[in-house]
Amino acid sequence: MPFREGPLGDLKVPLTWTAAVALIVAVVIAVAFLLADRRETLQQQAYGVTRQTVDTVSKPVSGVIAAPGRWTGVGVDAVRNYFFAGSENARLKTELKEMRAYRDRYLALVDENERYKSLLGLKTDPPIPMVAARVVADSRGPFANTRLADAGKEKGVVVGNPVMNERGLVGRVVGVAPGASRVLLLTDIASRTPVMIDRTNSRAILTGDGGPNPKLEYLRGSEPIQAGDRVVTSGDGGVVPRGLPVGAAVKGLDGRWRVVLFADSASIDYIRILLFKDFAQLADQQALAAKVLPPVITENPDQSILGPARPAPPPATTGAAPAAPRAPTTPAPTTTRPATPGTGAPATTRPPAATRPATSTTPATTAPARTPQ
Amino acid sequence: MTGARPLNPGRWLGVPMLFVILATILFAAPIRMWGLQLPEPIFAMVPAFAWAVIRPSILAPFALLLLGLFLDTFWGGPTGLWGLSLLVAYASVLAVRNMLTGQSRPMLWVWYAGACALSMTAGFLFTMMDSLAMPSLVAVFWQFLATALLFPFAHRLIDRFEDADVRFR
Repeated sequence: MPFREGPLGDLKVPLTWTAAVALIVAVVIAVAFLLADRRETLQQQAYGVTRQTVDTVSKPVSGVIAAPGRWTGVGVDAVRNYFFAGSENARLKTELKEMRAYRDRYLALVDENERYKSLLGLKTDPPIPMVAARVVADSRGPFANTRLADAGKEKGVVVGNPVMNERGLVGRVVGVAPGASRVLLLTDIASRTPVMIDRTNSRAILTGDGGPNPKLEYLRGSEPIQAGDRVVTSGDGGVVPRGLPVGAAVKGLDGRWRVVLFADSASIDYIRILLFKDFAQLADQQALAAKVLPPVITENPDQSILGPARPAPPPATTGAAPAAPRAPTTPAPTTTRPATPGTGAPATTRPPAATRPATSTTPATTAPARTPQ
Repeated sequence: MTGARPLNPGRWLGVPMLFVILATILFAAPIRMWGLQLPEPIFAMVPAFAWAVIRPSILAPFALLLLGLFLDTFWGGPTGLWGLSLLVAYASVLAVRNMLTGQSRPMLWVWYAGACALSMTAGFLFTMMDSLAMPSLVAVFWQFLATALLFPFAHRLIDRFEDADVRFR
């Protein structure tokens, strides 16, 4: 029996109600997506296959679309350089004159710094390898500030890598796909970066809000900041290396301290991805993974400071002078035990090296009561 | 009953979706001239408003959900944010579509701006809940302004398909 001839054949569901049900289903699906999202995490698996696929597909498409704009920019620059070469030359000469003074000062400070480092035995971080990439797409809205760069897994980029341009920190990588990586900018609302004020070493958290100037939150210390102070990364938490330039402090109209990003003063067409994962990367992994463990240091039961004092054995009669009188100038173990008769060598009573503390040369004054009289 | 002919989903849903995706990709180009960047309007607000005015539909909400998911993945935002925000605007316009029928173009523009504001407010609140931080109101306003200027495209879409199915006049 055909459906239309059955008892439900005349049943007609109003389209408006069906559309309303469809709308509710779509809303539920969207809410589920939103609740399941973990965009701000530093976990690779949080960046799903769908996002990776979209990024991989978007890279060549956006690259082609961005190309005319890039060419136009290059052309405009060329024309500008041609017409303004004279004034630019004069400006550069003035700047060069100022820079020479800075260069001399810089060289003197570098020399002085090196000497301080050697005096203090300071261990500096090794250089971090970098990957250059070109930005092919960017989003500038209030709810998402990201860039799509054309370097991905094949170049060793991983989630969490810091990203810079020639002026300063841009953000960090939050997603990696074959041939592309997604960079979360410092201005994104999900961005949190530990920074410090260069002048006072005061710590703060740089918090994006979708606007051009991220906020400085959790500022600590009295008078920690002034307008114009240089803000750099603090390295706290190990997300980014210490000392990367971020921007200059300004007071916003809302009374909050904000940062004018150095990276904004240059175009973010080309970026550098620092292949920095965490501080363990900077340590000598071979030294950390040593196969031979140091010896276990245990207490010598014969010399326990907890047990009762043992009666002193008869002193050596081999003609050697008792060690006690020389106690202040001899190591403690040699004075706590008498010399073995016939040997005249106090050192033969020393326990095996593996069971003795490394500080076995402690002066005898540390155990005067056990010294045979 | 010639007025009951159904609309071809490919024409009134598929083609606008395609244009929205292309325009979004185009405006995501990292172009900066004299320190200024391209605006970033929500092109998907155009069909979100127009589809609700044209007629109730089963496919339109899912098309909007797909558009929203595309925006989220392409822009790198939280997944579901724009899907939900667009659907909020769509549902609101659908609820008052009887009041919109026959309105003049400037009045429709005002209604469209209201729908944009509702969608942006929803996005603002969802982002606050998701990120536990308040987005910049200035940035939200600029995006609202850029989106509100897209009304002529929405009006064109409404004009094109409003009379296609007289059951919903």
